[in-house]
Amino acid sequence: MKSQLRAFFVTVRGSVRDLAPIFVVIAAFQLLVLQQPIPDVGQLLGGAVLIILGLTFFVIGLETGLFPLGESMAHDFARKGSLFWLLLFGFALGFGTTVAEPALIAVAGEAARVAADAGLIEATDADRERFAGGLRLTVALAVGLAIMVGALRIVMGWPIHYLIIGGYAGVVVMTRFAPPEIIGVAYDAGGVTTSTITVPLVAALGVGLAASIKGRNPVVDGFGLIAFASLTPMIFVMGYGVLLQ
Amino acid sequence: MSVLSGLLSALGETARDVLPIAAVLVGFQVLVLRRSIPHPGRILGGFVFVVIGLSLFLQGLEQALFPIGQLMALQLTDPEFLLQTASGALGAVRWQDYYWVYAFAFCIGFATTIAEPALIAVAMKAEDVSAGAIGSIGLRVAVALGVAVGIALGAWRIVTGLPLEYFIMAGYVVVIIQTIFAPRLIIALAYDSGGVTTSTVTVPLVAALGLGLAGNVPGRSPLIDGFGLIAFASLFPIMSVLAYAQIVEWRSRRKRRDEESPP
Repeated sequence: MKSQLRAFFVTVRGSVRDLAPIFVVIAAFQLLVLQQPIPDVGQLLGGAVLIILGLTFFVIGLETGLFPLGESMAHDFARKGSLFWLLLFGFALGFGTTVAEPALIAVAGEAARVAADAGLIEATDADRERFAGGLRLTVALAVGLAIMVGALRIVMGWPIHYLIIGGYAGVVVMTRFAPPEIIGVAYDAGGVTTSTITVPLVAALGVGLAASIKGRNPVVDGFGLIAFASLTPMIFVMGYGVLLQ
Repeated sequence: MSVLSGLLSALGETARDVLPIAAVLVGFQVLVLRRSIPHPGRILGGFVFVVIGLSLFLQGLEQALFPIGQLMALQLTDPEFLLQTASGALGAVRWQDYYWVYAFAFCIGFATTIAEPALIAVAMKAEDVSAGAIGSIGLRVAVALGVAVGIALGAWRIVTGLPLEYFIMAGYVVVIIQTIFAPRLIIALAYDSGGVTTSTVTVPLVAALGLGLAGNVPGRSPLIDGFGLIAFASLFPIMSVLAYAQIVEWRSRRKRRDEESPP
């Protein structure tokens, strides 16, 4: 119990260190550059306590929950030896976690406004909704496919840079054909897809998979799933724009 | 009281985000793998910790940091503030006059990335599997520097109105060249660090900065020019992590050579 308590405080100290820069930046700009007092100090301090506690719980939960689960499932898939189920699992994980992602819902709504302004779609609520829904589905498909291909790559041992460079080529080609209004949205879509809960799970899955397949190195082969998941949405969203044109 | 109700709604939201993930995990575990997980109670407890932790984290951010950070982003991009600090004050604001905006973009990009939980997770994993060869703190600082440069450059791009595509393509060329020379161990991790940098903490503050800039700079439209900062923030960490690995390798190689042939 005592050692657990000590571990807890070590994690708290880590959280304080991780969050200190934000508070320093905000305070410095507020006081020195904008030369205004910091509003509502009490609420700020209360919020800071919540943030620090939250980050501490999150890190503890990672180590006891998400990481072991991701790795144990990866081992079980490797032992089962069925590529089909592994790929289906990768797709389901990518698709399922992305389609309901709040950041994506926000970006899709914003993108629908852009598209309506640019005359890509009619400026009615129904059309905007259809566009946003289609966009979310497109991104979720892209992420599902990315995790699937990424898992296949780990099993096959393909070097990651060929796939990434191929993806870059895809982005460059699609940029030439996509309507200009959608390019900014598409580029950003890559960044918002991977949520804070998906990332640790996917990382543990990749590393666990690479560790349980003979001849794979967990560092060289285990990472890279998230990279795919942030590349394919760019290509797919631009493709969606081309289709609408 | 409002803190409590905010906390409860954050808890509900996080739980809803976790639901599809849990459904996929449980579905495959029960129907396909058909094996029992070791220590199910411990893992379930870990999940509960993650959900509670993220809810507290989000609630705290919304209560303390986002309002003031977003307000600052708007104030710094306000033409009145810019005219006050502008050097060549002739009623017009030039791109150089936005220096506080670039400085803020750099600092806030660095600070929010250091606090990004998804990056903390990946860095922990990387240090763990590389048996310490890749340090968690070093990796995170490298990523944060990349995001800082990316967002500062992205802010400059919005001010000048140069096309986003050119920057991204040039970035790709640099990444490909770096990949050829970088140590193999780091490549996949470097690519990954592009995707993990922009989530919970960074996106709301950076989006506010982008929209504030695009709304206030004459000739920019928030709808078209406001996007793109996140793309910058996911591209530049790839370069900075590859560069970091390159520097570490050079230094260790030189040290080895020095040890082998004493002067």
